[in-house]
Amino acid sequence: MLANLPARLCSLLLSLFLIAFALPAFAGPFEDAVAKFANDDFSDTEEAVGVIASSGNKLAFPIISALQDGRLMADPDSKKVYVTGTDGKSIDAATGEAVTSVPDSASAVRLNNRLRRSVDAALGSLTLQSPDVGTRLQAAQSVFKSHEETALEAVDAALAKESNKSVKTALGEARAAILLFKPDATEVEKLEAVATLKARGDQEAMALLTGMGDQPASVTKAAASAISSIQSSLAVWSTVQNAWYGLSLGSVLLLAAIGLAITFGVMGVINMAHGEMVMIGAYTTFVVQEVIRTRYPGLFDYSLLIAVPLAFLVAGAIGVLIERSIIRFLYGRPLETLLATWGLSLVLQQAVRTMFGPTNREVGNPSWMSGAFELGQITITYNRLWILCFTLAVFAILLAMLRYTALGLEMRAVTQNRRMAASMGIATSRVDALTFGLGSGIAGIAGVALSQIDNVSPNLGQSYIIDSFMVVVFGGVGNLWGTLVGAFTLGIANKFLEPVAGAVLGKIAILVLIILFIQKRPRGLFALKGRAVEA
Amino acid sequence: MLTKSTRDIAASFSRRGVLAATAGLMLGLATLTGAKAADDTIKVGVLHSLSGTMAISETTLKDTILFLIDEQNKKGGVLGKKLEAVVVDPASNWPLFAEKARELITKDKVSVVFGCWTSVSRKSVLPVFKELNNILFYPVQYEGEESERNVFYTGAAPNQQAIPAVDYLMKEEKVKRWVLAGTDYVYPRTTNKILEAYLKSKGVAQEDIMINYTPFGHSDWQTIVADIKKFGSAGKKTAVVSTINGDANVPFYKELGNQGIKAKDIPVVAFSVGEEELAGIDTKPLVGHLAAWNYFESIKTKDGSNEKFIKDWQTYTKNPKRVTNDPMEAHVIGFAMWVKAVEKVKSTDPDKVIDALPGIEAPNLTGGVSKMLPNHHITKPVFIGEIKGNGQFDVVWKTPGLVAGDAWSKELDGSKDLIGDWVGKKCGNFNTKTNKCLGSGS
Repeated sequence: MLANLPARLCSLLLSLFLIAFALPAFAGPFEDAVAKFANDDFSDTEEAVGVIASSGNKLAFPIISALQDGRLMADPDSKKVYVTGTDGKSIDAATGEAVTSVPDSASAVRLNNRLRRSVDAALGSLTLQSPDVGTRLQAAQSVFKSHEETALEAVDAALAKESNKSVKTALGEARAAILLFKPDATEVEKLEAVATLKARGDQEAMALLTGMGDQPASVTKAAASAISSIQSSLAVWSTVQNAWYGLSLGSVLLLAAIGLAITFGVMGVINMAHGEMVMIGAYTTFVVQEVIRTRYPGLFDYSLLIAVPLAFLVAGAIGVLIERSIIRFLYGRPLETLLATWGLSLVLQQAVRTMFGPTNREVGNPSWMSGAFELGQITITYNRLWILCFTLAVFAILLAMLRYTALGLEMRAVTQNRRMAASMGIATSRVDALTFGLGSGIAGIAGVALSQIDNVSPNLGQSYIIDSFMVVVFGGVGNLWGTLVGAFTLGIANKFLEPVAGAVLGKIAILVLIILFIQKRPRGLFALKGRAVEA
Repeated sequence: MLTKSTRDIAASFSRRGVLAATAGLMLGLATLTGAKAADDTIKVGVLHSLSGTMAISETTLKDTILFLIDEQNKKGGVLGKKLEAVVVDPASNWPLFAEKARELITKDKVSVVFGCWTSVSRKSVLPVFKELNNILFYPVQYEGEESERNVFYTGAAPNQQAIPAVDYLMKEEKVKRWVLAGTDYVYPRTTNKILEAYLKSKGVAQEDIMINYTPFGHSDWQTIVADIKKFGSAGKKTAVVSTINGDANVPFYKELGNQGIKAKDIPVVAFSVGEEELAGIDTKPLVGHLAAWNYFESIKTKDGSNEKFIKDWQTYTKNPKRVTNDPMEAHVIGFAMWVKAVEKVKSTDPDKVIDALPGIEAPNLTGGVSKMLPNHHITKPVFIGEIKGNGQFDVVWKTPGLVAGDAWSKELDGSKDLIGDWVGKKCGNFNTKTNKCLGSGS
């Protein structure tokens, strides 16, 4: 819909241009209003928008849509106002005549939030009969939001011609919103309006119903019953919403913890530098995006797909290096491993701080990861949805790898009984290095996904390390399924607690619950059984 | 940088040759004054975290002071002496702030310290500055409720940032329902207490105020953003006043953008989001959200002082994209005031400089002149800026004149009768009702 907007605008501008030539120019209220844009005063601009929108002048739409996009240029010296088209061509806003160039002293007319709302409302009533379905729907929605009485005529006219079902519903709702607030609307009209809003049944409808002010008794009564019915349906939806948020938080926890489930869970290495592997993955994404931005801007939407294998390789290679140079000398000495990896995490943080600077780095969201869609009465954001899918995919691949590949078999053999595996001819030290590399590499992949929802700074890893350990310990050391169940349990419990207890108390409550749980079941949800565990 | 300046001095000696140096020394000895001036410098302490969580904000302030010292030395220094920066790294570790402050004052013998960001770091160094009697310039907006003899507060007090921002939303956006969202520590808690009292004094009902705290570095904002959306759908115009600190802002704004909360529906006004913080996000979905500060990089000045400052700063840092922000401006004003005070009393002795500072005026970067007040706060203009698509702010409103900083909030019961006056009353918390100085007056 957005793609053909410029084209449509161009043809519109062209036709207006012809009309402008056909009509003799005269100074009237319209021209006076246009000149007001040059005053650089928000109240003057608002007044001008009102006059122009109701003027019926053919230039109204191009002027106001240009104002919305920051393409309306005003010259404070000559008080001339210009509309610059998306194609670079400009017209004089008062007369519609083409101009060769906009003077340098002209700057875009500024907007504030109040103005943005009135611009939206004005554009809404102007585009109610646009040929494009999407534009019409949007127009109806912005009229619904502003519900100004002046738009009623335009809505009625549009409603009479409308054939598309969803636009028709939206127009009906817009009409209801206007009538509800119209002081001289009849009681019947108002009751109908309440019924329409009740059928819409979302938060915005409820907002209108609660904020409608003084009404006849019958309307107030109908509104009260509509509100309670909307409220009870929203309460159900809010449970669904909490569950979804819990799944989404759980997927982030799982993604951060899954690498640790290998290095800590399978190998038994207390790796405090795990969070820094996540950070390295995020910075890899940043570097990939920087290269794409400067060299191949067209590939931006694929940047994450390119970053995933790279982050795995970079973080994995660093992991192998750490294992070979530090951790292999510390097997069986957990306290020293903890201290060494803690120190290492500080070294890595400061190294990144020196290389990339202490401030956040911008990692953009590709278009397919921005925005949200509505499912019933809940909003599902694309980035969270993709992260959930991605996490499950990583989990499945990892599980398959451990189960079906030779390396996976060797890993399991070495961790279950090192000496027996060595006797069978497995190069245990090589397997150790690769296992640690795999865990680190997966942490790197997690970094790619987390760069989409968190800020990319040297401190990124720190905020995930505690949560990751919590998930692995809670789920049961040495069991990937335990990590999965643990992450989702914690995520969902957290999100159901948060609305009740608040974010701070919620987090404390979860910690206390885990401590109590570990007292009862020291090996976590899914405890490994057998002789290897006892050793 | 420390070693660089010493190297510069050494280099200048070798370049001019032993002869010139000896001649200078003899001349100095002959006049008896400034004998030490040739090889002596005035030391300026810089106490900002260069590592750890706060490095993200504080590193820039360290660079700012180095830049200001460099500029001042180009003009010939102060009292004929060059300034020398002593930079230490308290590493975002609050007790370490006190240790490093002590080191700066006793070992390096600095004449003044520019530093701290978080309130807890300021509180941690306070006893050190009192005990060793030195001067701290504190450049960040804070919760107020403090006026100390050894500290000069060049950032905004709540009445220079939070209250004007709420006034703007009430008048311009006709906001009737308020979400006060903050990170769970002293600045947001105190600011929100002040704002809550202020809103109630303006007739806002309790059920129209929602207060929400989150832990440091909170990254999962789904529930809170959904709650804000729900709170905002009660049929009254709603706004969010955000004292969310540091890194947590980026995921918060991302979630707002993704859940489709536009500034024109529910505007968010933030007190801790400046040009530096926005540098880490794509600001297009955030256009129209607000921030209240005493300085914005985008402000155009008639005499071109802001434009010149930005250009010099970018040349100094060799980064044409380097942004400027509000706490930087606070350091610029504080530094200029300190230089003026030292030149006025012709000494760097802390007692003399502390007494000289109130009343000193220095130009701010937005075309006005700020003045140090007897309560050790300064006068500042207040601007409301809207976020633009390029990560900068567009000023949509400003106070007609400069606002004098209140050390003690007039909105809170415990502090409305208190004033800080280090000129007449020699007291930081003087009760005007009982005419008594409570506590630490000297």
